[in-house]
Amino acid sequence: MTIFSGWGARGRALFSDNKGPWGAPPGSGGGNEPPSGNEPAGGPWGDTPRRGRAPVSSLDDFLKRSRGRLGGSPGGGFNLGGRPNRSLIAWAAIAVVLLWLLFTTMHSISGQERGVVTRFGRYSHTLSPGIGLTLPSPIDRVQKINVEDIREVNLGSAAEETLMLTGDQNLIDIAYQVRWNIRDPEQYLYELAEPEDTIRQVAESAMRQIISQVGLQDAMGVARGEIEARVRDEMQQTLDSYRSGVVIQGVAIRQADPPSQVNDAFKEVTAAQQKAQTEVNNANSYALQLRQIAQGEATAFDKVYEQYKLAPEVTRRRMYYETMERVLRNVDKTVVETPGVTPYLPLGEIRRSAPRTGGQ
Amino acid sequence: MEIVRRHPIAAGLLGFILLITMFSSVIVLTETNQAVISRFGKPVRILGAEQAGINWRIPFAESTIMIDKRVRDLDMDKQQVLSTDQRRLEVDAFARYRVVDPLRLFLSARSVEQAEQQLKPILGSQLRNELGKRPFASLLSPEREGAMENIRTGLNRLARQYGVEIVDVRIKKADLPSGTPLESAFERMRTARQQEARSIEAEGQKRAQIIRAEADADAARIYAAAFGKDPDFYEFYRAMQSYQATFLPNAQGRGGQTNIILSPNNEYLKEFTGR
Repeated sequence: MTIFSGWGARGRALFSDNKGPWGAPPGSGGGNEPPSGNEPAGGPWGDTPRRGRAPVSSLDDFLKRSRGRLGGSPGGGFNLGGRPNRSLIAWAAIAVVLLWLLFTTMHSISGQERGVVTRFGRYSHTLSPGIGLTLPSPIDRVQKINVEDIREVNLGSAAEETLMLTGDQNLIDIAYQVRWNIRDPEQYLYELAEPEDTIRQVAESAMRQIISQVGLQDAMGVARGEIEARVRDEMQQTLDSYRSGVVIQGVAIRQADPPSQVNDAFKEVTAAQQKAQTEVNNANSYALQLRQIAQGEATAFDKVYEQYKLAPEVTRRRMYYETMERVLRNVDKTVVETPGVTPYLPLGEIRRSAPRTGGQ
Repeated sequence: MEIVRRHPIAAGLLGFILLITMFSSVIVLTETNQAVISRFGKPVRILGAEQAGINWRIPFAESTIMIDKRVRDLDMDKQQVLSTDQRRLEVDAFARYRVVDPLRLFLSARSVEQAEQQLKPILGSQLRNELGKRPFASLLSPEREGAMENIRTGLNRLARQYGVEIVDVRIKKADLPSGTPLESAFERMRTARQQEARSIEAEGQKRAQIIRAEADADAARIYAAAFGKDPDFYEFYRAMQSYQATFLPNAQGRGGQTNIILSPNNEYLKEFTGR
């Protein structure tokens, strides 16, 4: 395609060069004719093959104006009328050529770019940032390559699953991103037929290779950073072996999940972990409570015992009476005084209260 | 000049023919291509890496075929591979190659696309043969055992006939075929997770039980250490506590209504009898 446009440009260039010679004969002929008759001079001009073309009308206008001047002074007018007309076309042609030269020989290369110059298709040199001068277009061609721009390739997506087999023969749904840029514009242009496809395929291959060497749990959690680094290294090594001129800036795993078909089972594991933790927490609180109570009771006993040791008999009696007082104060008491009396138990009353007692 | 003015059409034609001749005798060879030049169909010379730029040929007699000299992609169709332990795997691979001998390529396949068409099935069968010698587990990472290197050398032997050099063979995807193998893999994952969940739960219960038992033991030790100092006093002290707890209504005011029938011989009523 570039070759074709190149030939096209060359063709146009030839055509514009031809303008001069084609234009010249009528010009020289016209130079002789005007003195013979002022009015008919328009005839030959009008009959030239240019009739109907856009420039003709302006040319005619110009001629009319110059003829008007001719009427005043024939000698000077003749020169004014013929020469500028010829040179106008020549000047236009020169201007076009100059513009074209300007645009195809000067190349402004911005800071992030390098300009790869080919001469008739052969690599010649690389332009650094700044203004670069080359030969005009069909000879030299410049391809500007941005070497700073970090490009991204996304593999796998949230929408659809990309399943990969892990080392323990589980499946993992993985999505990741590869960032790269061009290090060597010449290699990038000339060594790989489809650089972007190559990077994508190499990324897929490297990721599959590394994932197949780690377990599912590692791939989903702890080993992510390591996997990213290993994939990056693997890709770089492969791309270098292709002499691709590409640098892999980084690989980022955006998502590493179990496949949706088994997601519930994975949630069960999380639930079990929560449950186990709850269980342990409950046991811990029970243990804490039990120890505190034991220590409390033991300390209370110790304190009382200390006092008891000082006066064992008295303390014992005091405690006994105090306790009995408290106990007997609030209960129904029956004292059977005479040994000869058979105690009569009102069983009905006891039974009435039985359900209540049983309930406690 | 005179002749041109007299026969403008003839002159124009002549110019046109000259131009065509000039163009057809020039070959612009870019950096990405190499060319095979054949005279009346018979290849006579090759324009390789060093000849990039302008080259000449005999117009009309010689024709040019451009052949890409970059590293190209040979993408293989999906292949089912059967491992030695009779498990299936769907493998998607690609090879990278470069045309190193354009003349041979031209003679055997005429064009790069043709050569690709012929190499594709060979790559597929090489892959199947090499991977079919391995158990499933090692199929997952064939790079580790040099299987890919074997495939590359095997393929290279055949590719050389086409003037092609295989730079690299890599597996892009290795998937379980959909249907039973995939389903059973999911099932296995599911049961493995359930097993893990159960064992985590049981582990939690075990830990809880141990914690409780340790606490019980600690409490017993504390009690024993304190109460062991005077078992006799403990007997009395604990009995007192116990009476209060059993006969008195508890903090909520609930408690059994207690009827106590005392004998006058009771220790408590010792003084009551006025002895």
